Amino acid sequence: MKVERMTVEGMNGERTDIDRINIDQVRADFPILNLKVSGKPLVYLDNAASSQMPQPVIDRIVRYQSQEHANIHRAVHYLSELATKEFEAARIKVQHFLKAKESREIIFTRGTTEAINLVMHGYGRAFIGKGDEIILSALEHHSNIVPWQMLAQEKGAVLRVIPMNDAGELLIDEFEALFNAKTKFLALSHVSNALGTVNPVKAMIAFAHRHGVPVLLDGAQAAPHQSLDVQDMDCDFYAFSGHKMCGPTGIGVLYGKAQLLEKMQPYQGGGDMILSVTFEKTTYNVIPYKFEAGTPPIMAAIALGAAIDYLNGIGLSNIEAYEKELLDYATEKVSALNGVRIIGTAAKKAAVLSFEINGVHPHDVGTILNDDGIAIRTGHHCAQPVMQRFGVPATARASFAFYNTKDEIDKLVDGIRKVQEMFS
Amino acid sequence: MTDMRQLYQEVILDHNRKPRNFGAIPGANRHAEGHNPLCGDHIKLSMNVLEDKIETIAFEGEGCAICKASASMMTGAVKGKTVPDAEIMIEEFRGMATGTLDLDIEANHLGKLKVFAGVKDLPSRVKCAILPWHTLHAALHAEFSVSTEGEADPVPGTTIGEE
Repeated sequence: MKVERMTVEGMNGERTDIDRINIDQVRADFPILNLKVSGKPLVYLDNAASSQMPQPVIDRIVRYQSQEHANIHRAVHYLSELATKEFEAARIKVQHFLKAKESREIIFTRGTTEAINLVMHGYGRAFIGKGDEIILSALEHHSNIVPWQMLAQEKGAVLRVIPMNDAGELLIDEFEALFNAKTKFLALSHVSNALGTVNPVKAMIAFAHRHGVPVLLDGAQAAPHQSLDVQDMDCDFYAFSGHKMCGPTGIGVLYGKAQLLEKMQPYQGGGDMILSVTFEKTTYNVIPYKFEAGTPPIMAAIALGAAIDYLNGIGLSNIEAYEKELLDYATEKVSALNGVRIIGTAAKKAAVLSFEINGVHPHDVGTILNDDGIAIRTGHHCAQPVMQRFGVPATARASFAFYNTKDEIDKLVDGIRKVQEMFS
Repeated sequence: MTDMRQLYQEVILDHNRKPRNFGAIPGANRHAEGHNPLCGDHIKLSMNVLEDKIETIAFEGEGCAICKASASMMTGAVKGKTVPDAEIMIEEFRGMATGTLDLDIEANHLGKLKVFAGVKDLPSRVKCAILPWHTLHAALHAEFSVSTEGEADPVPGTTIGEE
């Protein structure tokens, strides 16, 4: 069993049953974790960039490609009907994963970036105009900055930025002060990729809605780590990627409230997104197909469905609890080192540890750790404004998944000590 | 895979700690800036070239140990050299870093700069070592700003992707 039930005794002798991840069983599902890098066992701590794939998802891809593949929504033959059924079943898995009201609110995209661009084109270009204001946060990934900047340039709209404090938490008073009659949109990360900050999105969305402002959440870093409920959060759009949550690259999701999706313009034109075409006029298909032009990544969508099944099998709440334990352990160990500064110390954080070693450039840190088989990300993490805020050109970032261990964190800490020794 | 101690040799760590010819030359007649947008490495080079000879050269900027040590050792290596000789060294350094120059069989003028030979096994770090040389090339050809990304890139096959 990947999850075990344990009884724990509280301070007053009361006993409670809790579920715990059986880490050996979980790790056995990930063939890549047996890899040796530089002659050492791989210590994969770059999960915020892309996660690894468990065997059941790999098997699902093999089964689809060897027994089920054809184009979807077109032919009447056996394989086309089977592939269509599996593809649409994946959409329903995503709907349940997000707790969305209807499956037609789930649009498959290439990833988070394409999902945000879809909203920028389909909603932004139709409903945001000259002098209008779009609110973003100082924590955003470039993917949730650049599309809005392009829109602002095209329309003469203005970007307003929610500032953050030294811990990497958004300043909510300043956020509220940004709203005025010209505010037309809020684009916000659910969890920061560079710092791990979990934003108080539910309260922020409620505030935006009181001003009639729709909200897009960039959920790329949230989806793999916690259970989601788009109806409870009440976001208007939610975007995430498959490859950060044990699925393949090339697939992502845009959730959008049906009444908004219906009044939006298509993002791309082509096959599948039409009902009828003449040279005079095209009638667009209904949602979600209106936004899925061309043959979609069928295999990747089905594999994303398998990844959701896998994560559900472990339980998102178990994953969240286990990763919090890892983050707390890593934070304690790394904080105890002299000459190391943790960047991003928000009270509520996902399993991301960005740090800086005094006098050593992050790229040197990354190269030396790699020699011990340790994979971390170094650089600006596609969040240059975050780096500027903290006055660093780049950071080293370790990001954890539910298949990492405390032993791997010890190896990271030993690696940091080795770097310091080398540069002393 | 390169042994880390072989790449991060004491000479590189020492130049990183105490870069030589660090600063700017007032009234210099050649300048260029180079940057690697991927990692934020940034080098500003100033020199005085008189009668085809590099009389003085200095650099300032920020970067990783490989980049800073490369810049520091480069300034020492080309100071007093003629422009054609410096051009030859740029070519040779680039060849060494990208693995197209075999140090064991091909004659070269790299001397102490051979400590950077290990970067050829680390594709993501080749640009760190080459950036100062790239910037020197630009300064000698009166291009004032170069980037390791895009058309000005003289290094074939080393474009690095992003997350």
